[in-house]
This record gives sequence, structure tokens and C-alpha cells, in this order.
Amino acid sequence: MISLETYILITILSPLIVFLVTPLLSRNPNLRDLLGPLGGVISSYGAIEIMNAVLEGKIPKLDVLDIADGIKIGFEVTPLGAIFGLVASVLWIFAAIYSVGYMRGNQEKNQTRFYTFYAMAVHAALCIAYSGDLLTLFIFYEVLTFSTYPLVAHKQNELAQKAGRLYMSILVGSSVIFLLPAIICVWVLTGSLDMSKNGVLEGNLNPEYAPYLLAMFAFGIGKAALIPIHKWLPAAMVAPTPVSALLHAVAVVKAGVFTMLLILTNVFGIDFLSKTGASTWLIWLASFTLLITSIIAIYKDDIKARLAYSTISQLSYITLGGALASAMATQGAVLHIVTHAAGKITLFFVAGAIYVGAKMSKISELNGHGKSMPLIFLAFFIGSLSIIGVPPMAGSWSKFFLMLGAAESGHLFVLVVFSISTILNAYYLMEIPARAFFLKKDREIKVKMPTLITIPIICTCFLTIILFFAMEPFQKLTSIMVN
Amino acid sequence: MISSSLGVWNYWVVFLLMMIGLFLVIGRKNLLKKIVGLTIFQTSVFLLYITFGKIQGGTAPILNNINNTIYSNPLPHVLILTAIVVGVATTALGLSLVLRINSEYGSIEEDDISAQDLVDYHDLIETNKNVSVKFKK
Amino acid sequence: MTDIIIKNLPILVVICPLMMSLIVVLIPYNFLSWVITLSTTFITFIFSLLLYQEVYLHTSISYALGNWAPPLGIEYVIDKVSIVPIIIISLISFITTIFSSKIMPAEINSSSISKVYSLWLLAIAGLIGLVTTGDAFNLFVFLEISSLASVALVAMGGQKDKQGLVAAYNYLVLGAVGATLYVIGVGLLYGITGTLNLADLSKRIAEINDNKALIAGFGFMIIGIMVKAAVFPLHIWLPRAYAYAPSAVSVLLAATATKASLYILARILFSVFDISDTLIINTLQYVILPLSILAMFAGTIMAIFEKDIKRLLAHSSIAQIGYITLAFAIGTKASVAAGFIHLFNHALIKGALFMAITSMSFYINKRITINNLSGLGREMPITFVCFVICSLSLAGIPLTAGFISKLYIIKASISADGIWIAMLILASSALSVVYLWKMIEALWFHEGPKNLLIKENSLVYIPLLIITFLNIYFGLDASLVVNSSFEASEQLLGARK
Repeated sequence: MISLETYILITILSPLIVFLVTPLLSRNPNLRDLLGPLGGVISSYGAIEIMNAVLEGKIPKLDVLDIADGIKIGFEVTPLGAIFGLVASVLWIFAAIYSVGYMRGNQEKNQTRFYTFYAMAVHAALCIAYSGDLLTLFIFYEVLTFSTYPLVAHKQNELAQKAGRLYMSILVGSSVIFLLPAIICVWVLTGSLDMSKNGVLEGNLNPEYAPYLLAMFAFGIGKAALIPIHKWLPAAMVAPTPVSALLHAVAVVKAGVFTMLLILTNVFGIDFLSKTGASTWLIWLASFTLLITSIIAIYKDDIKARLAYSTISQLSYITLGGALASAMATQGAVLHIVTHAAGKITLFFVAGAIYVGAKMSKISELNGHGKSMPLIFLAFFIGSLSIIGVPPMAGSWSKFFLMLGAAESGHLFVLVVFSISTILNAYYLMEIPARAFFLKKDREIKVKMPTLITIPIICTCFLTIILFFAMEPFQKLTSIMVN
Repeated sequence: MISSSLGVWNYWVVFLLMMIGLFLVIGRKNLLKKIVGLTIFQTSVFLLYITFGKIQGGTAPILNNINNTIYSNPLPHVLILTAIVVGVATTALGLSLVLRINSEYGSIEEDDISAQDLVDYHDLIETNKNVSVKFKK
Repeated sequence: MTDIIIKNLPILVVICPLMMSLIVVLIPYNFLSWVITLSTTFITFIFSLLLYQEVYLHTSISYALGNWAPPLGIEYVIDKVSIVPIIIISLISFITTIFSSKIMPAEINSSSISKVYSLWLLAIAGLIGLVTTGDAFNLFVFLEISSLASVALVAMGGQKDKQGLVAAYNYLVLGAVGATLYVIGVGLLYGITGTLNLADLSKRIAEINDNKALIAGFGFMIIGIMVKAAVFPLHIWLPRAYAYAPSAVSVLLAATATKASLYILARILFSVFDISDTLIINTLQYVILPLSILAMFAGTIMAIFEKDIKRLLAHSSIAQIGYITLAFAIGTKASVAAGFIHLFNHALIKGALFMAITSMSFYINKRITINNLSGLGREMPITFVCFVICSLSLAGIPLTAGFISKLYIIKASISADGIWIAMLILASSALSVVYLWKMIEALWFHEGPKNLLIKENSLVYIPLLIITFLNIYFGLDASLVVNSSFEASEQLLGARK
């Protein structure tokens, strides 16, 4: 009988061990590249067991280190954390296989350094998922930022340097100037750094100041990419695509919205928010971000840039769901974490595949090449359907709950926002498979697609379809969360 | 009023010396004059302490065999002896530094020295030259 | 025998380096003088640990020099407050002495090395005496001992770069002015209260109300100490002194010299004078608080534009000293404790950063500027990793010691209703990442200097590794530092209430 604490350790330590062992295997690329997927399988096993335990109502807890009086590094799995942990570990498997194919296909340099920090970033994301108090959350939030820097600036050219600077200045600046004092305010107000199911600020915070504290959190969580803290995401697209795929579609941004949702539910509390209306301004800001970034995405010709703005838009769905302060909307937001991760990772995988296989990165160049890479573009089509929210793809579930939640909370204009953005999503996402399949070719290209790239794409694509039918455990977890 | 302010004329002298000393330290560009100013400044402090120690009708604080002698407070005198020694050490160190600066820079005017330093700094940053002085074996 | 040692520890911890400094100057062999210096600093460190144990297991020690009882005699006071800087100074001096063995011969004439070690021990003795003494004038004496020894040490940098001489001269003149101002303050206080003993002064000052001479004396003392502690705007001597001193001396001074004076500042503000007195409250709120905020920003902004790396680190020291004085200025028990925490952690951080930069200039045999940093990180991986970790510590990133001190300072200022102060502190922290990141980028991104074979020397990187390890250790298990600081703050502020 393995105890719950051990499962937490299994899930968290697996990427850490990969981080430590990878540099030692730099001479043996095959063995080294095997570590990633292996680590992902072990983590996923741990994450599944933890999720089962949480479904039964247990709360896995593990205190690791007592730093000083009242501050510690400790883990405690909430339903939200269990979901995020599972998403990150499972998708790590596919991203690890994909990166092997990509890095080898592109003959990138410094691969050992890449895999080392990749594992570290996944480790930080899992620690964020399972963190038990605000300080642990902040610590690993920062670790995530710093461990992804070498990945963003991987190419080490002028462009990468500039992008790296923008990335660090926005993320570190926002977290140090806004997030840290907000956390310490909570510490001073409630006397401890713990969070609890219905929020800890009820009775401790004058409702007049609640919107301001929420603002500090919202602008401090730069990884959730609310306008104006969103610029880092398009800048980070200079990184190799496996980085964009796992980190900027799954780990980093999901850590951001995870933190946002955690703050909204476990620090403020849905009841406190709806009573005081502290998050009403956030509804407006998130809606604004949603629409503006969707419109910007239409004008982007570079595939990854378009996907980046689409990601920002989708993240605002999640923030919006949390800000609506209704149980249904929060459930929708959490489910959107799962569905968007699966869908977006597929889309980014395809973008990278097009770059590796055909050396193209612009949408205008894609005319008519669907025949040469049929599987890839079909996967893109299915992934887009999920993002747009068409059944039977997974994204339809989360959209459904979000719209119900908007209606339940009484903010009906949000329904209008959702509808408009769905149309915009359809427009800018469908353009790609449409060009590939329906337009005439304007030039000939040679396609060389490594198998290690195609396999993960097909897998994650299937995931978006399977998740439609397998949504129940996630849905149960979210209802545990809000009730 | 006149008698009370004349009665504390010691303190006026202290104040005057202190200000002269500080002015020399801050206002003069010649390194040697700064040290002179520093010494004057420190001397004013000595006078301050001794003035504190003086007791009306008191004599020098050296034990003698006459009864009922009123002595001035000996403690400030002791403190001042210590401070004088410290002042001497400071002056000695300062003067030796001025000598070295003179041999390296060829001048003891602050303007000349700053000008040379500025040129060296720009050389260092701009041309990435190593402008340090080699050891004198 | 051990009994005698334990009874006389307070004076031994000062006398040991003092006496040894006289012996070292006579020794003609450089290696022998280094060994003696190393053992002396090691023994001093052991003594300070024993004192720590004494103070925490039993009680504060009041040692009467020459058996003449205070308040007429001079007493040495070791209590929970003064033990903090004693530990800092002895620990850093020990580690730096290990570090200096390879670094000194590269920058100083071999005929002068014994004399430099003698001055080294003299400076250490002066600093430790400064923090142990309980007599106001004895404090001046030790202040000058440590100052003059430091000036002479900085002047030794003139052998490599003549700017060291000018830097030493400025340090001398400004330092002497500051010390003399302090003496004026002591004189005025003595004139009013009739005593020089710090504890006795605090008793007698409490009985005096509304005395102009008291305010004047207080003002002179504070300004004098602020010159030594390099509080903005009296910090002018610091950047050049640290930049042009011999490298090992920079490490020692950057990590210890200002810390001792900051401790004295806290002593005068909180122990000798009463915290609830309007004089102190006004001073803290209207003088020290604004100056600290200016220091934080001025130091950081000057560092961003500075191209010579040692000067950059010196400017950043000024900003960090601003954090410590800001913590003191907020004036609650929690904030004074946070100030002590940062006192300790900053010594570790700055010592490590100066060591890392020194190693780099040692390997490439040139003065380090932002231009010739390019690519060195790839050539010296160990030094580079230590540099990155300690820069993260300086910026206050979690899992390092610097984060702990930031955390407590912010918490103390938010608890004292100073959310704007907290935001300013964090803003300047975020700004400091700019210059740190510039250096890290330069080290890592560009190609290294061609045809350079760098083999990292163990005697140079082992002390660096030790301090980096301490940085991480005190970031993960900060209970020792945090508890000692809170105890110190309790004793400092609690004595009155």
C-alpha cells in the first residue's frame, strides 16, 4: 500500500530526477531522450492515483521543509490541483516524445541543456499544482519563470536575447511588484499563509479593499496574461516549438490561470466575491482581453503568433469564468483548463511539425499543402474544433458550462462576448486547414516529417475527442471544489 | 545678554574653528589644504571637550597635597589625549597618501586628479584597455 | 584553563586579532603570515560561536575591562543584539581569509603582503571591538581603528591602480569628518549626563526632558555614524573605495564594515534613546525613512548605468544599506528584526558577489567591465553558477537567503500600514534585476574571449562555494537567522516598554 504522501512525492520528484540525471547523460543522446517520456509516465501514474484519492474525498498532504516560524514548503492537493497535475504530467509524455522528434529533425544545438530545464519547468508546474500554501505557490511560481528562461532564450541569438529580456522583465516584474505584496497582505490580514476551501478573507478584509487586493493578484499573476501583462506570450514564441507547446500552452500559462482560480476560490471564496462584487471589474477586463486578442489573432500571419494570441484569449475565458463568481462558471473554467490544454497542444505541435517538415512558418504559405501532410492538417482541424467548442470535441463541454455560469451569475453580456469570440475563433483557426485543403498550391515543397512528431500529434488529437466522453471524473472533481 | 554671550566665548571659538575646518575640507581643492582643514576641525573638538571639563574656580586636574582643592574634570582631558593621538594617526596617514598621490599623478589638486581619472575610466570602458599600473618591484 | 578563556571571551575576541596583527607585521614570509591570519580568524570565529552559546544558554555578558566596574569603567557588552554582528564579522573574515591566499599575491607586491595581513587583522579587531564595546568613547576609538586600517587596506590597491590612492584619501577625509562629528555628539551628551557608558546614558537620558543640547548631541552622533554606515547621501566615499581596493579587501569591507556601523546606528536609536520619544520618532520618520528610500533608488539606478562591475556592486551595496535603514526606520519590533535579518543575509550575498567577480578578474588578469564579461560564464562554470545563485539572492528570488529578508521587511512594513513603502521596496528590487540580468546575460550569451584557457583554482572557488551554499541554506532553513534576529529586536526595543 503506497501512502498518499508517497504519490505526491512520486509525481513531483519524477521530473526533478530527470532534471538531475539528464546532464549526466549528455554523451548518450538515445538514453537521455528516453528519460523525458519515462518521467512523464511515472508522473502521470502518481497524478492519476492522487486524482482517484481526491475523488474519494481524501486530501493528500505533505510538509517538506520548515523554513522559519510560520513559513514552510508544504503540499496539499486540492481538486483543482489534482486536475492541473494530471494535465501537466500526461501532456509531458507527449511533449517529451515530440521534442525529441523536433530537436533531432531541426538539428538544434544544446539539446542536453534544453531537456534539463524542460524537466525543471515541469517539476515547478507540478509543485505549483500541489502547493499547500501561498508561499510554496509563490516559490515555485518564480522557479517556473527562471527555469523557462533558458528555454525561451535557447537559440541565443539577438532575437532570443530581446525576447528573453521582455519575458523576464514582465513576469518577474509583475510577480515581485504585485503578487508578492498581495500574498503578504493576505498573511498579515489572516495571520497565516494557508488557503481554505471557501476562502480565508471573509471577515478579515474590509470589503471596500477587496477589489484592490484582487487587482494586485490579477496583475501580479503575469502568467495568466491579462492585458496589459500579456506581451510576454507572443515574445516567447521565439523559443523552439516544444517549449511553446508544453510550456506556453500547458504548463506556464495554465500555472497562471490555476493560480488565478486558486486565489479566486480558495483565498477570496466564491461567496465572498459574489457578496462584495469585488471581481466585477475583472469580468470586464477579461472580456476585453478575450475580444481584443481574438481580433489581433486574425491579423497575424505567423502561425505561432496567431496561436499565441489565441492562447491569451482562451486564458481570459478561464479568468472570466472565475471572475463571474458563480459555481457553474468556476466549474467551466476548470474544465476549460483541461480541454484547452489538449486542444492547444495539438495546434502547437502541428505548427512545429509544419516548420520541421516543410520549413514553413507563415499561414499565407500554406496554400494547398494539405495533400502532402494530410494527417497533420486533419489534426489541426480537429484541435481547432475543440477550441471553437464544437461537439463531439472536448472543448464543447467547457464552453457549455461557462455559458451556463454566465447566465447563472446574471452577467448576460458575457454570453454575447462568448458568442462573438466563438465566431472569431472559427475564422482565424479554420483559415489554416481551409487554406491547406481547399486552395491551390502556389509552389512545390519537399516534406520530411519525422515519425516522432506525427505520433504525439495523433495522440493529443485523439485526446480531444476522448475527453468529450471521459469528462466525468473531471466534472466530479470540480463539483467537489465548488460545494 | 552681552555678558552671557561673552561668558561662553569659548564656544564661539569652537564654533569658528569648526566651521573654518569644515570649509577647508569641503571647499578647497588642494588635497593638503583638506588635511589642514581636517586638523583644524578636530582641534575645535578638543577645545569643546576641555571647555566642558572646566569647573569654575577649578585648577588643573593633577593631584596635589593641598586639601580642599577644586579640580577641573580630568575625564575630558583623558578623552582629548586619545582623540589627539587618533588625529595624529589620521594626519600621518593622510599626508602619506598625499605623497603617494603626488608621485603617481604629479599633482595634488583635485581637479587635475579627477581629470586624469576620467580619462582612465573612459579608456577602460571604451577601448577595453588594461590601464592599471604595474607593480613597482 | 578553559575557564579563564570562557570568562574572558568578550575581550579575547577583540584582543586575539589585535595582538596577532602586531606579530604578523614582523614576519617576512608571506605564506606564514597567511597561515597565522587564517588561524587567528578561525579562533576568533570559534570564540564568537562560544559567545553565541553563552548568550543564548545563559544570559547577556557584561565584561568590565581591567575589573573597573561600569559605569565609570569601560565595559564590553555581549547580548543577543551584539552577538549578531559579531558572528557576521568573524564568519566573513574567516572565509575571506581563505579566499585571499591566491588573490592577494596577484594584486599586491610580495614584500607588502605581510603588512597587508597585519592591517587585515587590525581592521577585523577594530570592527569586532566596535560592536562589543559598551562605552561611547571606546566606540570612537574602535571606529577609528577600523577606519584607519580600512583606509590603509584600500590604499594598497594603489599598487595596481592609482585610483585606489584617491579613493583611500577620500575615504580617510570623509571618515575622519564623520568620526569627529560623532565625538562632538558624545561630548555634548557627556556634558549633559555626565557618563559615557551606553547603558548608563540610556538611563540618564530618560530622566532629561526637552534639552536642546540633547537634541544637538543626538544629531551629531547620528550623522557621524551615518557617514560610516554609508547612508545616502553620505555614501560618496563607498563606491570608489570598494571598487579600487585590492579585491580581497573589497570582499571583506563590503561584507562587514558598514554592517558594524549600522548595528551602532540601531543601538543609538533604540537602546540609548527611547523609541517612544518624539525626537526619535521624528528622526525615523522624517530623516531616515526618506533617505533610505532615496538610497534604494539612487543606488539601484546608479548601478544600472555603471559599466565597471566592482563599482556597480558597490552602488548596489548602497541600495541594500537603504533597505536595512528603512527596516530600522519603520521602528516596530518586526521591522527591526527584519533589518537584522537583512544585515546578516546581505553580508553573505555581497561577499559572494564580490568573490565571484574577483575570481573572474583573477582568471583573465584584467579589470572587469561590462564589456569584457562576455562569455566568461561559459569558461568558468562553477564561478558562473555561484554568481547566478547569489544574484538571484540579491534580487530576492525565493529559495535564497535574500528572499527571506525581503519577505520579512515587506511583512513588517505592511503590518505597520506602510503598503506604499512595501511597493517601493519591491519596485527597487525589480529594478535591481535589471543590472543583475545584464551581467548574467553578458556572461552567458556571447562568445568567450578567444584563446583563453581558464582552469578554476580550488582555493579560489571553495570559499565562493561555501558562501553560496550558506546563501541557499539560509534560504531554505532560515529559522536560526530569523529567531536570532527576533530575539535581538526584542531585547533592543523591549527593554524600555
